[in-house]
Amino acid sequence: MAKYLLKRSAQILVTLFVFLSLVFFIVNAQPGDVSNFYALNPDVPPETRERLQDLFGVNEPLWKQYLVHLKNTFTGNFGISFSHYPRSVADVIGERLPRTVVLFMTATALSFYLGFGLGKVVAWRRGGWFEYTSTVSGVTLYTVFTPWFGLMMIWLFAFKAGWFPIGKFLDPVLWRDAPIDANSVFTQMIITAFAVSFVVLTVFVITAQKRMSNARIIRIVSMVLATLAVVAVWMSWGTVSYAWDILRHMVLPVATLTLISFAGTMLLTRNSMLETMREDFVMAARAKGLPESAVRDKHVARNALLPVVTSFIFSLAFAVDGGVITESIFSWPGMGQTLVSATLTEDLPLAVGAFVFVGIFVLVAHLVADILYAYLDPRIRY
Amino acid sequence: MATVNAQPAVPSSVWRARLRLASRSVRENWGLFVRTRIGLLGLAIIAMYALLAVAHPVLMSTVWEPRIYDPVIGYAFDETKQPAPPSLKHPLGTDPLGRDILSQLMFSARSEFLLGLLAATVTVVIGTSVGAIAAYFGGWVDTILMRLADIMIMMPAISVLIVLSALIGVEHFELALLIGILSGFGATGVVLKSQALSVVVKPYIDAARSAGGGHFHIILVHIVPNLLPLSFLYMMFTVTSAIFSEAVLSFLGLLNVRMSWGLMIHTTESAGYLLQVAEFWWLIFPASLSITLLCSAFYLVGRSLDEVVNPRLRSR
Repeated sequence: MAKYLLKRSAQILVTLFVFLSLVFFIVNAQPGDVSNFYALNPDVPPETRERLQDLFGVNEPLWKQYLVHLKNTFTGNFGISFSHYPRSVADVIGERLPRTVVLFMTATALSFYLGFGLGKVVAWRRGGWFEYTSTVSGVTLYTVFTPWFGLMMIWLFAFKAGWFPIGKFLDPVLWRDAPIDANSVFTQMIITAFAVSFVVLTVFVITAQKRMSNARIIRIVSMVLATLAVVAVWMSWGTVSYAWDILRHMVLPVATLTLISFAGTMLLTRNSMLETMREDFVMAARAKGLPESAVRDKHVARNALLPVVTSFIFSLAFAVDGGVITESIFSWPGMGQTLVSATLTEDLPLAVGAFVFVGIFVLVAHLVADILYAYLDPRIRY
Repeated sequence: MATVNAQPAVPSSVWRARLRLASRSVRENWGLFVRTRIGLLGLAIIAMYALLAVAHPVLMSTVWEPRIYDPVIGYAFDETKQPAPPSLKHPLGTDPLGRDILSQLMFSARSEFLLGLLAATVTVVIGTSVGAIAAYFGGWVDTILMRLADIMIMMPAISVLIVLSALIGVEHFELALLIGILSGFGATGVVLKSQALSVVVKPYIDAARSAGGGHFHIILVHIVPNLLPLSFLYMMFTVTSAIFSEAVLSFLGLLNVRMSWGLMIHTTESAGYLLQVAEFWWLIFPASLSITLLCSAFYLVGRSLDEVVNPRLRSR
């Protein structure tokens, strides 16, 4: 295992190197150099420009520039954003990365839950109209032109019905004289979500392992208790209305992302179920006289779960990349939207920073996914 | 699946037998394909758009006057207000710049097909070669190709395409090449290699080798034909992702193209009609629905080909 990890990390490093070289190549293919862009901005004094030129090493030979580029990347020093002047790129990214990660963790978890549940049923009712309609509508949603779908969601639920805000991360009118800034509220929300899911998961695992007869009651009670605790804690903080505002802004993007991606899980589950259903133990379970739903959920679905879990882990790795479109439609200030708006406004340092960060995030997530995969599937031994 | 191997100087009766076998396998697989039903739906949609794409040049040279109906530089002089709602002369209305929407839609269908076909061909040619070569030679060739595949898979594809097209200037041809390379050296190559691995160990490969067949001959004549069904399946998925990427990039205004479905929505957005969905539906729905329908159609065909190619999915 240790040897495998070492090998994998080395590969990731090589990939990262290739990726960074690609970035350097693209940036260098631009006419002029990075500091020329600053020349257009009257807010940037000449001293700052010179400092930036030193930072990017634009007056040095090419190979030295390349080394400077690598050094800047590894020290997280991407320069200063044009569109967010005078904030540094690292600062902007540090604010936006959590927003993306939270949005996509939620959406990915929801879509896998939905997709797995539907996939089970679809595989079981193979050949019927249910399979036909759910496959066609699932595939349509899966391949739908995402900007259009997001737009229709905004138009229906935000513009016409007015149930949700039209886009963005928060409502500026509400936050104008807020005693606390959005990032700290958001951090509190993340901590709460982690704490609650940890408690609930622990209860589930314990009740499942001890095979308690009243497991269901214990689970429900624990969930209610956790909810009450959260409400109490937030009341004492006095920031409930602000958290609620952020949550309201999250609903539409999360719903959109869930709807466009659940079909992938559904079809994967279906195929995995169909393969498992041919096994002998399924026939044995049926022969024992178990009800169909028990055979489906306890015997087939559990064994069909492995590829689904794998794809879940891998899709978390690509969350940052895949959300580029949805984020820019909903103006959700995450990494994807930052990347698109920075490229469109030619904010080169921010674009490079966001691009490099997305790349690094995907690579690291991939490494984690590999480790988890090896841990989950006992057939894989390195 | 029977394969037809091209060999010189074979008696004609052998050819007849092979033809019969091939036609029987086509008929059987067609039966499997039809039974999934979703594949037929996909084929119908593809056929419809293919018809639209073919009809455009014909209409332009006969019924439609280029001055009015040209998808890029035409102007609907017969309408007083742009964008004009659907009418007899303009069945889908005109866009904010006074160009006929149906003409744009049909004109773009052709370039979407070309883009998809090119991207899919590049993917499959690269993917099949990578798969066959990696599986046949093994060793360090395999290691290098698979590590390259890792790199391609780990690239954040959409972000790479966005940054490249924004900074370098990408047209349809380059986009198709980029998608083909990313997917051919990446995921498709890996899948085809795993299929090729099961072909390489078959006795007829040994037989071919002991009969004196060279590496090139064995790969081309004995391995690649057995990969083709799976390659064909992945062609379908590549077409979907190519059309989708093109639409997204041109919607963001990053692609250097004259007209495409994504660009039509980009025009709508930049003219400020994006949230007036009910009032100006013809500016938004035709292009978006076309992208969605054509993407799903290729995906559905791919899914039902999967049932044909992958015996583990067949119903008992």
